[in-house]
Amino acid sequence: MSALASTGGGADAAGAAPAAAADAAPGGRLVDQFERGLDAPICLTWELTYACNLACVHCLSSSGRRDPRELSTAECKAVIDELERMQVFYVNVGGGEPTVRRDFWELVDYAVAHRVGVKFSTNGSRIDDERARWIAASDYVDVQISLDGATAEVNDRVRGPGSYATAMRALGRLAAAGASAPKLSVVVTRENVGQLDGFKAIADAHGAQLRLTRLRPSGRGADVWDELHPTAAQQRQLYEWLLAHGEQVLTGDSFFHLAAYGRSLPGLNLCGAGRVVCLIDPVGDVYACPFAIHDQFLAGNVRDRGGFAGVWRESELFARLRAPQGGGACGSCGFYDSCRGGCMAAKFFTGLPLDGPDPECALGHGETLLARRDRSTPPPRPSADHSRRRPARRGPAAPPERACDEDPIAAFLRREGVRR
Amino acid sequence: MTFDLDRRWRLSEQVALRPEPFGALAYDFGTRRLSFLKSRALLALVEALGAHPSAREAARAVGVAGGELDRCRQALAVLAATGMIRAQAAP
Repeated sequence: MSALASTGGGADAAGAAPAAAADAAPGGRLVDQFERGLDAPICLTWELTYACNLACVHCLSSSGRRDPRELSTAECKAVIDELERMQVFYVNVGGGEPTVRRDFWELVDYAVAHRVGVKFSTNGSRIDDERARWIAASDYVDVQISLDGATAEVNDRVRGPGSYATAMRALGRLAAAGASAPKLSVVVTRENVGQLDGFKAIADAHGAQLRLTRLRPSGRGADVWDELHPTAAQQRQLYEWLLAHGEQVLTGDSFFHLAAYGRSLPGLNLCGAGRVVCLIDPVGDVYACPFAIHDQFLAGNVRDRGGFAGVWRESELFARLRAPQGGGACGSCGFYDSCRGGCMAAKFFTGLPLDGPDPECALGHGETLLARRDRSTPPPRPSADHSRRRPARRGPAAPPERACDEDPIAAFLRREGVRR
Repeated sequence: MTFDLDRRWRLSEQVALRPEPFGALAYDFGTRRLSFLKSRALLALVEALGAHPSAREAARAVGVAGGELDRCRQALAVLAATGMIRAQAAP
């Protein structure tokens, strides 16, 4: 028994828990310690704005329009001060498109000056040559370019026309600037699961590291999940591919439910919601995880009297999440110890009970339940919807290549070759 | 993996330690590597390294001995291999 466990290099904890060896520790298994919660998150996701110049069909935060209640620059800096005091080593910054905030680079600068590392996700539209060089030269700043197809055809159906070219251009600029291992971040869907080797090739060609995450039925994702989530056969294929590639490919630990195919994937295999991770949304609301923007998972707001630390330490919701959980309908399953019933948000937004199987349960129990759902009671909807009511137009916030001047949802449904 | 207990070691400047009930989180801002020190004894030892002429002296000072020292030695070897602690020139 070693007294040390560590990640394979490059902690990666956006969605769930960080990748980590979870063998026995003197006080019990680390995974059990983490389930009881830590004094501060290991890392957290911070969506800085709901504004976005794209309108991806599966956006987990239903982003589009800026919320007028958005945290001010000063409020954001106060949150960073708290994170420094709590020794949160890094934040995963997203949105919306975080770089459309005018103070975005100022906030990044402020965070790293206060020993809070920043990993930010972007569609790449604001990464010009100068910014790429700045990123390459900045310690403690990591960038993650989102791409959901290894070809423009597959990507643009989900992320909007022109978004593939935008992302590839950003990757090229980062590579030219010598940025160290930017991440290529892919949400695995029914349409792109056959392109995993293609994504890996794109990442390799740009000196980037591939990161695959799970499509959740969160935000607008709820509208397209039925047709875009991988089939059971595709999940199996994904599992084999992840096993073959091991720790070269990051996953944000988001596929731990696939452990029920046999072997656990690298990572903690734990839902970290409210225990080791959480979400701060653009208006300061603190949710248990980035995929659970719903009142039921709202723990408080950073503008509350105790600030973020008060929410993390005193929220009743988080206390409940950190209490021992029974396995419910999954308790008798031989794989419960590795899969733990899967993803809370995936269950919630597909209308399944939280104490039962994940909708994508590797053993098929989720599919059975989905088929039996009572269609007269629709699943819960996200509490906040900032989707633009009309398609994005060219304007100050839009990328120069008119990435999104068509309704991407219609584009998605239209399929190739048929014009509206 | 062996670890030379008789050398002087120190924590890398790139590494931050955050005490937790199970031990500590250790984050390397350079490699972005997150590690878990899985006992308070190991944390105490790592924190003491820089103030003593050898790791063995540091262990003695914080009361880490016997089987616990063996376990900590393995962990120190991993921390050294990943650059989170660094050997110092002899004083």
